[in-house]
Amino acid sequence: MFAELWESFTDALEGLGSIVHFLYRLVVNSPRVLLRFNLISQQVFNSGALSLVIIMLSGLFVGMVLGLQGFQLLQRFGSGEALGTAAAIGLVKELGPVVTALLFAGRAGTALASELGLMRATDQISAMEMMAVDPIQFVVVPRFLGGVIAMPLLAAIFSVIGIYGAQLVGVQIMGVDAGSFWSQMRAAVSLSDVTEGIAKSLAFGVACSLIAVYQGYYATPTAEGVGRATTRTVVTSAVVILFLDYLITAAFL
Amino acid sequence: MNRRPVFAGLDIQIPRGKVTAVMGPSGTGKTTLLRLITGQVMADSGDIDVAGKNMRALTRAELYILRRRMGMLFQNGALLTDLSVFENVAFPLREHTDLTERLIRQLVLTKLQAVGLRGAAQLMPAELSGGMSRRVALARAIVMDPELLIYDEPFVGLDPISLGVILRLIRRLNDTLGITSIVVSHDVQEISTVADQVFLLSGGKVVAGGTPQELKTNPTEIVKQFIGGLADGPVPFHFPAPEYFDELLSRSEDL
Repeated sequence: MFAELWESFTDALEGLGSIVHFLYRLVVNSPRVLLRFNLISQQVFNSGALSLVIIMLSGLFVGMVLGLQGFQLLQRFGSGEALGTAAAIGLVKELGPVVTALLFAGRAGTALASELGLMRATDQISAMEMMAVDPIQFVVVPRFLGGVIAMPLLAAIFSVIGIYGAQLVGVQIMGVDAGSFWSQMRAAVSLSDVTEGIAKSLAFGVACSLIAVYQGYYATPTAEGVGRATTRTVVTSAVVILFLDYLITAAFL
Repeated sequence: MNRRPVFAGLDIQIPRGKVTAVMGPSGTGKTTLLRLITGQVMADSGDIDVAGKNMRALTRAELYILRRRMGMLFQNGALLTDLSVFENVAFPLREHTDLTERLIRQLVLTKLQAVGLRGAAQLMPAELSGGMSRRVALARAIVMDPELLIYDEPFVGLDPISLGVILRLIRRLNDTLGITSIVVSHDVQEISTVADQVFLLSGGKVVAGGTPQELKTNPTEIVKQFIGGLADGPVPFHFPAPEYFDELLSRSEDL
């Protein structure tokens, strides 16, 4: 019993060690890859631009729900005009980065993991090694950096669309005064709120992309193995995102 | 982790400029041998020298430099699926040289012409048949003018026409470019038409070697079984199992 617990504990430590070592390899190789702009821009397109529709739609609906719920709640205290502030802070600091990261893990993370897993299964990774091209540099780092760059941009777009969604419900339907909605928001939301949001989405970008490329790159090269890598990407990413969210929130207090 | 040794006491010399075939039953480690030669895996003990360089002594950078002098044809071609046929063949040139676009185009087209697929330059890998992918992969493998060309099971799953094409290409590339070729396969008939020298691996070591003719007249049981395609012999037909009748008559429900 204790032996099994100890074994799973050391296994977990080993896994953590190897993913940190993988991150180190990615970071060491990053400067060289950053010079190859087209490799990275293509991955920003794959991870970012192709996730835009789902991010924008979700942002709109999350914002609309926030408008509805926020208005109901604030009105109980007679401060319905504070809706703009509440929605903006909720989105910029919390919902924007977190929901974007969860959606990113489901949309772009799984795509990255299965793509890399299939490249391994079809010998494309070995073929690159045989052509003396380092697959870490050519395949993994551009995908990793693409995700890291795309995440804050997506979170920003999510928050902006969300604020408009809250405005749509709060001002147009519930009748909050448009002037106080916007002016209270501008007065109350500070730079540190935005910085916190950016810090979170950057951290989530690193975590999600790292987990996806790690799972994909080391996937067992079979149909089952690639499937498992994809599932693990989503599950691990979700837990890590929420855990990091707590840590960063606490750090900014 | 399975720590069973794949090879024990393996000693093999591949002559320069010849076509050498490595044959053997499935699971004897033919592909592992290729991975050892190319430095994709390192041996636990023993030495592997390629072009006068000991693989174990090489740093990662030196290994990559050595690999530029090798080409490898993978079983299924292993083309990069997000690049066109042209870009796949151009890939090593773009990564390793500073040639002008015009020169790259010339080189890629001549290599594609050599495998008869110049007309397919703009297709994507998904649009190619199995034989065509392998020919494109061959063009890619020779685009850097390697000294050593390695074929991993080049005949598996090919129709007779594509097979004949690949066979002729192996021979012609070897003769015209002076490339050293290693072909791993278990297609006895095909190999004997193209190889200068054949090694038969079994149980982790070389059990026979020589020209294809010498191998055909080799009296050893294992060679006779392999060349003749006999179902049972030194390589058993049955996977190890309990006595047949005992198992059939036993009352136990589980296997």
